[in-house]
Amino acid sequence: MALGSSPTISIRPVERVTPPETSTGEGRPAAATALTVDACGVSLTFQTRDGEVEALANIDLQISDGDFVSFIGPSGCGKTTLLRIIADLQRPTAGTILINGVSPEQARLQRHYGYIFQAPALYPWRTIERNVALPLEIMGFDAKERRERVERYLKLVNLSGFERKFPWQLSGGMQQRASIARALSFDPALLLMDEPFGALDEIVRDHLNEQLLRLWDQTGKTVVFVTHSIPEAVFLSTKIVVMSPRPGRIIDIIPCNFPRDRTLEIRETPEFIKIAQRVRSGLRSGHSYDE
Amino acid sequence: MPQAAWRPTWITDRAPLFVVIGVLMVLWYLAAFLMNAPLVRDAFERNEVKYTFSDVIAGTMDGNRPIVPAPHQVVIELYDSIFGYPLDSPRNLAYHAWVTLSATLVGFAIGAIFGILLAVSIVHVRTLEKSLLPWVICSQMVPILAIAPIIIVVLGAIGIRGLLPKSIISAYLCFFPVTIGMVKGLTSPDPIQLDLARTWSATKLQVFWKLRWPSSIPFLFTSLKVAVTISLVGAIVAELPTGAQAGIGARLLTGSYYGQTVQIWAALVAAATMAACLVGLIDLAGKWTKRRMGAAQ
Repeated sequence: MALGSSPTISIRPVERVTPPETSTGEGRPAAATALTVDACGVSLTFQTRDGEVEALANIDLQISDGDFVSFIGPSGCGKTTLLRIIADLQRPTAGTILINGVSPEQARLQRHYGYIFQAPALYPWRTIERNVALPLEIMGFDAKERRERVERYLKLVNLSGFERKFPWQLSGGMQQRASIARALSFDPALLLMDEPFGALDEIVRDHLNEQLLRLWDQTGKTVVFVTHSIPEAVFLSTKIVVMSPRPGRIIDIIPCNFPRDRTLEIRETPEFIKIAQRVRSGLRSGHSYDE
Repeated sequence: MPQAAWRPTWITDRAPLFVVIGVLMVLWYLAAFLMNAPLVRDAFERNEVKYTFSDVIAGTMDGNRPIVPAPHQVVIELYDSIFGYPLDSPRNLAYHAWVTLSATLVGFAIGAIFGILLAVSIVHVRTLEKSLLPWVICSQMVPILAIAPIIIVVLGAIGIRGLLPKSIISAYLCFFPVTIGMVKGLTSPDPIQLDLARTWSATKLQVFWKLRWPSSIPFLFTSLKVAVTISLVGAIVAELPTGAQAGIGARLLTGSYYGQTVQIWAALVAAATMAACLVGLIDLAGKWTKRRMGAAQ
């Protein structure tokens, strides 16, 4: 398989990250790139029978165009909730959030993002090509355009030749790749991925991580990625958002400046281990808060 | 490869079915003997004829008006009443079967379409689930034997006679499993799949045709199979208060007026065969559809 990019290492200028302590939107760096996600004081409180549950408290987060940002944290820390708020699948109870400068609802209606769930959620009665074409059908692309795009994106995720197969005929990893092709098919600038490889085994996961990274590098998309695997987060990200539960909040934002065309080998480098340690200690401090 | 040599054939595949049929036949003959034997003995004694045990057995197997006719009597009656008369004769069982079948099919079509429409509206309008569903369930608590004459009389008074009143009664019974099944089917998509449709900003109509409807297809065929047998029962019941001119129901009614047990049983077997064929047809359609929709073979 050919590496998508030239071997020249291009380190993107990553802007300084706002320290998480500044809870207001002020002090934001004058970023050279546009902001894909700009959250300011976002909170979400659920009303349950036992009273209020604070799923997210006062989240401030800026994600620049072209970033690969991972949300990491123990279950219940609100990382998926935050992703769902970005996707307008849930509404915050307080705070403001802008996606590419518009509200999440407008961003959803204008199809700014593709969402990838933990399960592939392919429609079992559709072949792989018709699954990938589904968002295109919904969005009203004509048949010729649909065919071209399906071919292009199935090739991108290495699923050429599986067009006529039904989902049950593919392995879990292939199904998830088909669901990534489906999310890419309408060419959204932002990819939201909710533990997409959580259900897969380590080896498949490593492989898909590499493919995802290459895809990100080739397409220049912004990716927001939810995970609870530290190596996965450090390997993939340009920025790691460490979260902690009860209430769900950001406790650390760690820049992670490996070259864009990094390979799995960087996991043995001292920098990698240093960042992984910082993530781990962040997670640990978040935990001791409760216990 | 000794293991590969043995393959299930059409016969071995269905062996359990044949065993069950065989056991049922034995039980049926046994029942025919036990139930009819007192009648036969009485007849011999009334006529002061000497009789042996084998005379009794023979007598229980070919009585004119037995309590339980033997299977071969039913088969002969079926054959005679289907092939012994012209097709349009009221003595022909096939003629009666067709009368009932046509009412069944029309009723089934009305019931299935009505049931699906009801389910669609219940799924899409949340208030209907609370307001309409209890009435749907109530409708099935009313004994159909009580409602059937009312419907026929009322429709007869406004000039609707013949096939349609029967079909309406049949539809009244058979829409229910379709509604219940389709409400379940149309709400069966995964929350993830619904969320996905939302991330694509799909319209309600698109969600329905591309997600809810295909997801509900297995539920549809299951409930249609139940509905079609119920609609046959509905059509037969509807024939009872019409004065019994034609149809399986009429045949059952005249049979019981005149103590023609063999005729009743033949009509019952005809009805059961019809029901089995209808269920089989829907099953076939269901399998074909599922294969088209990529189900695992």
